[in-house]
Amino acid sequence: MRALHPMAWWGWAIGLAVAASLTTNPLVLALILAVTVLVVVARRTDSPWAKAFRLYLFLGLAVVLFRVFFHLLVGLKFGDIRLFWLPSVSMPEWAAGVQLGGTVYLEGLLGAILLGAKLGVLIVAVGAANALANPKRLLRAFPRALHEIGTAVVVAVSVAPQLAESVQRVMRARQLRGEPRTGLAGVPRVALPVLQDTLDRSLQLASAMESRGYGGHHGQPRPRWVGALTLGGLMVTTWGLFGLLSPASATWWTSPVVLAVGVVVSVAGLWAAGRAVRVSTYRPDRWGLIETVTLSCGLAAAATTLWVRHADPLALQMPLQPLSTPALPWVAVVGILAATLPAFVTPPAEETS
Amino acid sequence: MSADLGASAVTFDHVWVTYADADEPALRDVTLRIGHGELAVVVGRTGSGKSTLLGAINALVPHFTGGTLRGRVTVGGLDTATHRPRDLATVVGVVGQDPAAGFVTDTVEEELAYAMEQLGLPPATMRRRVEETLDLLGIADLRHRQLRTLSGGQQQRVAIGSVLTAHPSVLVLDEPTSALDPTGAEEVLATITRLVHDLAVTVVLAEHRVERVLQYADIVIHVDQGQVTSGAPADVMLTSTVAPPVVELGRELGWAPLPLSVRDAKKAARGLHLTRPEEARRSAGEDVLTARRVGVRHGSLVAVHEADVTVRRGEVTALMGRNGCGKSSLLWALQGSGTRTGGTVEIEGRDPAETGPGERRGLIGLVPQTPADLLYLPSVGEECAQADTESAAASGTCREILDRLVPGIGDEMHPRDLSEGQRLALVLAIQLTARPRVLLLDEPTRGLDYTVKAALSALLRDLEDTAILLSTHDVEFVAGVADQVMVMAQGEIVARGSTRDIVVSSPAYAPQVAKVLGGAFLTVAEVREAR
Repeated sequence: MRALHPMAWWGWAIGLAVAASLTTNPLVLALILAVTVLVVVARRTDSPWAKAFRLYLFLGLAVVLFRVFFHLLVGLKFGDIRLFWLPSVSMPEWAAGVQLGGTVYLEGLLGAILLGAKLGVLIVAVGAANALANPKRLLRAFPRALHEIGTAVVVAVSVAPQLAESVQRVMRARQLRGEPRTGLAGVPRVALPVLQDTLDRSLQLASAMESRGYGGHHGQPRPRWVGALTLGGLMVTTWGLFGLLSPASATWWTSPVVLAVGVVVSVAGLWAAGRAVRVSTYRPDRWGLIETVTLSCGLAAAATTLWVRHADPLALQMPLQPLSTPALPWVAVVGILAATLPAFVTPPAEETS
Repeated sequence: MSADLGASAVTFDHVWVTYADADEPALRDVTLRIGHGELAVVVGRTGSGKSTLLGAINALVPHFTGGTLRGRVTVGGLDTATHRPRDLATVVGVVGQDPAAGFVTDTVEEELAYAMEQLGLPPATMRRRVEETLDLLGIADLRHRQLRTLSGGQQQRVAIGSVLTAHPSVLVLDEPTSALDPTGAEEVLATITRLVHDLAVTVVLAEHRVERVLQYADIVIHVDQGQVTSGAPADVMLTSTVAPPVVELGRELGWAPLPLSVRDAKKAARGLHLTRPEEARRSAGEDVLTARRVGVRHGSLVAVHEADVTVRRGEVTALMGRNGCGKSSLLWALQGSGTRTGGTVEIEGRDPAETGPGERRGLIGLVPQTPADLLYLPSVGEECAQADTESAAASGTCREILDRLVPGIGDEMHPRDLSEGQRLALVLAIQLTARPRVLLLDEPTRGLDYTVKAALSALLRDLEDTAILLSTHDVEFVAGVADQVMVMAQGEIVARGSTRDIVVSSPAYAPQVAKVLGGAFLTVAEVREAR
């Protein structure tokens, strides 16, 4: 029994997120949501970040509500089926795209809900990756050159709960001096002891890390060209991306070759930088068959939805004008259903506490 | 590693340490040797320079803390002037007071591997050493646990394991048991002695409650205001500024050689006849706080279950029990600002939970486990003035109480610069300014040395108008201060009675003097009176 490689879960989740981002078809969105939740429920651990999945669900719901609220407030209301009327303000000519209040139609409202749902499902997919893959292990899978950044993030993640504890403790102590629990005047009085506490803890942690050899791995300083290589590579990559996405006519610098060169140079820079870091990894996550299967399932969902988008773009949209029932693009349905496979084939989570 | 067994594991040669902003050196002309495989116990009063001495062993002083070090410190033959702490990770392992503060990862196994990862050891070696260390420390069943969910004793053992995996030859422990209850402390000390005896690891250990470790020590290093004397335990303890009760008893009765353990003392005490003078019983006042069937529940966890508590004026009651048994929850519930899910609390016919926080201060005060939480102003003078305002007391009341408790703390001093004992006194003064009928103290002796503890003890016994309830693990402190003792276990009060009745009968809670002389005497002070 072992935990899946975190990259596999992230790949799987990104696949579902891509699929969600391509569609406003409520049937497809509901299917993606159902598949995501099913796999999370089946394979999440009992760790704190896994428990945070619920928060992502709420966040997704909040996005939908937010979208609806803004549609009612300032959205352009369209359609034929009147629902209700809101007091409206007539807008000047130059603000024609904005409509304050006014009559709300079913079509417009549905459109807003589905656009919100698209973003909401995307957020839930990211939350699923977070719940299924230990974020700390994900950082360990990063190139060695990013080791320091990884450590910083891990430390930051563990400081957060301590900070909350600290705040709670000091708030309680404030009452002992006869002060009410609430009130803005108390903020500096809580902040000061908490800040001191946090600084103390940071120093203790730093000294513990130093004593245990952290930072001792730079046998020789990194040569300067390594940094130049990485930076140059990243710049070329950015340029390549810009060229690829820009609407300008095709010239030599908009071809994907630039992007490819940039990526290759950056990776080479990171690899060279990593060679100077003599840190090893205890029980590195292995990439096996099951990881490939999980990743493929996610990619299948994305690929099939992409195919449908090219073959039959209307099938991925909710027909609003005129309003009718959405289509069921079966190719995408099969691909998304395939993403449930990890719920059954991956090893179940271990108990950690 | 080729160790030169002739040389010492740790040497100090005329070492002076001066911190950047200090007028006085923290260590003066320290010369000492610690041999391979020895257990060295560092004793001394708070602020005497113990931590500086320990920090100098693995080069944290001065590489990490700043300041200047003159002289020469070597460890395993390496000079700390030319080696940084990180370079010494394979030679010295350091464990601090609060294990949780040094954890970098979140599960036991990863924490054990962390130091080895930093050293770049191959995965196969890491696997082997992690397994060995898990067995060595008896924590194999905890391997997948989240560090946050472990008890204090378990956390401390993991912290020790996490430095042992780098295979250091010297282990430095700065008060490893000060945050633990007696059971947790026993676990950790048993582990440490096993390391010394079975693996011949050199251990340098600082400890406030010297009574716990003295009997195992090969040498004692005594630090007093930066000056260091070291030698055989019995010699050094003869003149030490800190002395556990058994040593103090030996000094008092002129025993030679000085006993270091209860066992030795018991042998020396054969044939000793002392009669206890009639006890001048303190007349306890009326019941001030009456609590009935108090319950505290956090979610599904029952922290306190139907506890009855009565505290009388002019009497000190101690609340004992292992960590997590509900002592703090009970104190906070009695105080009124903590959760209380059942029962009644009454002080002068009023329930403190139903009064405002300001009014409550006049009924009941609480000094929390980390007293510094109450302090937020930049000077002692301002803190005192603020306390007078809060309590609607005459200006200067708090200052007067503070001077009575601990004279000589300047108005302009920053509360953070005070010693642990001074800070506790300041918070105590702030809480006493409101003249509460009841005073609660949560673990007041943490980090205090014997002298400060004795002062605190005398001070609490002098507060004749106040009813005092304090929670503590410190049996010696209880023997000296408390009239009544309550023992808690799993949220229930399982025993209560006079200090003598409760502590003498219990093997876990009996003070050293009682163990040596039988139940007639609890403290050295009582023995002194009898002579």
